Amino acid sequence: MTAPRTLFRKVWDRHVVVPETAATPAVLYIDLHLVHEVTSPQAFAALRERGLKVRRPDRTLATVDHSVPTAEASWASGLGEMDHAARYQVRTLGENCGRSGVRLFGVNSARRGIVHVIGPEQGATQPGMTIVCGDSHTTTHGAFGALAFGIGTTEVGHVLATQCLLQRLPRTLLVELEGRLGPGVTAKDVILGVIGRIGVDGGTGHVIEFRGEAVSAMSMEERMTLCNMAIEAGARAGMVAPDETTFEYLAGRPMAPQGEAWERAVVEWRELNSDPGAEYDRSVTIDVGALEPQVTWGTDPGMVMPVSGRIPAPAGAGHRKALDYMGLSAGAAIAGQPVQVVFIGSCTNSRLSDLRAAAAVLRGRRVAPGVRAMIVPGSQQVRAAAEAEGLDRVFRDAGAEWHQSGCSLCIAMNGDRAAAGQYVVSTSNRNFEGRQGQGARTLLASPLTAAASAITGKVADPRPLLEEGRRIA
Amino acid sequence: MIEPFTVLSSRTVVLPVDNIDTDQIIPARFLTTTQRDGLGRHLFADWRRDAANRPREDFVLNRPGAEGARILVAGRNFGCGSSREHAPWALLDYGFRAVISTEIADIFRSNALRNGLLPVVIDADSHAWLLAHPGAEIGIDLRDCTVRMAAGREAGFEVEPFARHCLLNGIDPLGWLLSQVPAIQAYEDRAACRA
Ligand code: SF4
Repeated sequence: MTAPRTLFRKVWDRHVVVPETAATPAVLYIDLHLVHEVTSPQAFAALRERGLKVRRPDRTLATVDHSVPTAEASWASGLGEMDHAARYQVRTLGENCGRSGVRLFGVNSARRGIVHVIGPEQGATQPGMTIVCGDSHTTTHGAFGALAFGIGTTEVGHVLATQCLLQRLPRTLLVELEGRLGPGVTAKDVILGVIGRIGVDGGTGHVIEFRGEAVSAMSMEERMTLCNMAIEAGARAGMVAPDETTFEYLAGRPMAPQGEAWERAVVEWRELNSDPGAEYDRSVTIDVGALEPQVTWGTDPGMVMPVSGRIPAPAGAGHRKALDYMGLSAGAAIAGQPVQVVFIGSCTNSRLSDLRAAAAVLRGRRVAPGVRAMIVPGSQQVRAAAEAEGLDRVFRDAGAEWHQSGCSLCIAMNGDRAAAGQYVVSTSNRNFEGRQGQGARTLLASPLTAAASAITGKVADPRPLLEEGRRIA
Repeated sequence: MIEPFTVLSSRTVVLPVDNIDTDQIIPARFLTTTQRDGLGRHLFADWRRDAANRPREDFVLNRPGAEGARILVAGRNFGCGSSREHAPWALLDYGFRAVISTEIADIFRSNALRNGLLPVVIDADSHAWLLAHPGAEIGIDLRDCTVRMAAGREAGFEVEPFARHCLLNGIDPLGWLLSQVPAIQAYEDRAACRA
């Protein structure tokens, strides 16, 4: 009898090419390498300098997302005003992929989108895989029971050249989420609540496994939101064991196994569960049954509070610095705080279910005067699906902007940005200083809370609006 | 080829802020580059300069005495957030060779090690001493993994043994990884049989 193993350990063990020793880390095989324009050019250049080739172009998939404009006007003008450096970066990725035979969903591809949205959408992301990308939110793919984590550009080069990484075995952290979410409370609120509880470094050095009643009840898109922000708790990766929800999501996706291969894959994937009695280095249990919609008040995702609460008294210099940057006062209610920009998008919350949630609030209502509301789908496919059900009309009729897909205001490097001093309610994942533009102030929240804030022009609890919507319907 | 790292002696610069994320170290608007050099002038861009591009006098790197320092002492959980390797590139290009904290984020630590920027995690007491003595002349010895401060005060630290070996000898780990290609090939052959 082998000792009971965690989900993480099963995936890890299957990918060890050379075991770790005291002197050397393990050589870990990577099944899928996702690539984007910002963190790859120096890696391809390093390979060229050493005369190395991309070992497995067939296990590499590239797209452009970070620096590509999303505004309809930019596209109407043929991306005329796209920043020179960004344009060169995008072109460089095209050349690098062309030369090495890497598949690229480029600027004009209908399958283009945020790298962490398209992997699952195309069925490239599968249970039991090891997946890396030069991007910290690679943790998203862990929702499928993959071991997925972000790496730097030097390691992007390592994977391009060898399809492997040098890795030490990380520790494991079990996050058990008990209870059922109340109406108007989403996976985004859950992960913000978890980070508030364990801290922005609570997962450092660990791979988190999320499980429990609340996780089992989540759709794949919700699980992706959950795992996406595991990195914001400092974790290497977040994982959820695959189940029927996972298989149903993946069945028939273009890059998923088909036919007999699919049947065989599902049999294998069913084994990807933590064995009873498997041990974790740490564990925490959180009851999310009474959780409220969450919103951040500070400059890291751990500075978070229930939307009905009052901004906490600062615990130390870091909190005072954050309040100062945010222009907020301890003791004040967060609901009712005026906002100027609302951003619904990013690899955290830009999938079809997120857009549907936003539309449920915005339908038949108007964005408050003086508020700029941007809806940026996570991929061109999400955009097309949303348009097919008329969500774009709902957004436009409400006075919100409907964009092409991309990272957009999540990282503000494609021309979309908020002005200094503006308050942005954002469905993205980082409220760091300047993340959405120099001096811009980010409040992270769910798509429901963001949409409710767009309507009222102030940070708002979405639940009364949802109630009202139901009464009318 | 990385410059070997054995002993580093320098004054410190102290930035006593917890959770300094890589967006602060190098803001995203400077990431459209396809190069890795020249990023030092954008290090901590929005803390060093105001919106009108004037230096902020109160920021530590703009104060007299900061120039030439090669060791940055920072608050807990340094380098959290984005995986951008531009962060260690910017720190190195500016002139830093080591960062000391009580905790350093995983991806940043790995990126730093790959580039010859030494991430040093020390105990809370020694860290508190460093915070209380900005500009102190200290030594970091990677051979015995010890930070040496004034008056015989010492603190040990740990570095992953392979990364340490590579740093001490100026070895690029990719060379070693490439030497494992036969094992990688065998793994791929086995996987192909399984499929
Ligand atoms: S949407 Fe934001 S967090 Fe996600 S990959 Fe793009 S920039 Fe990174």
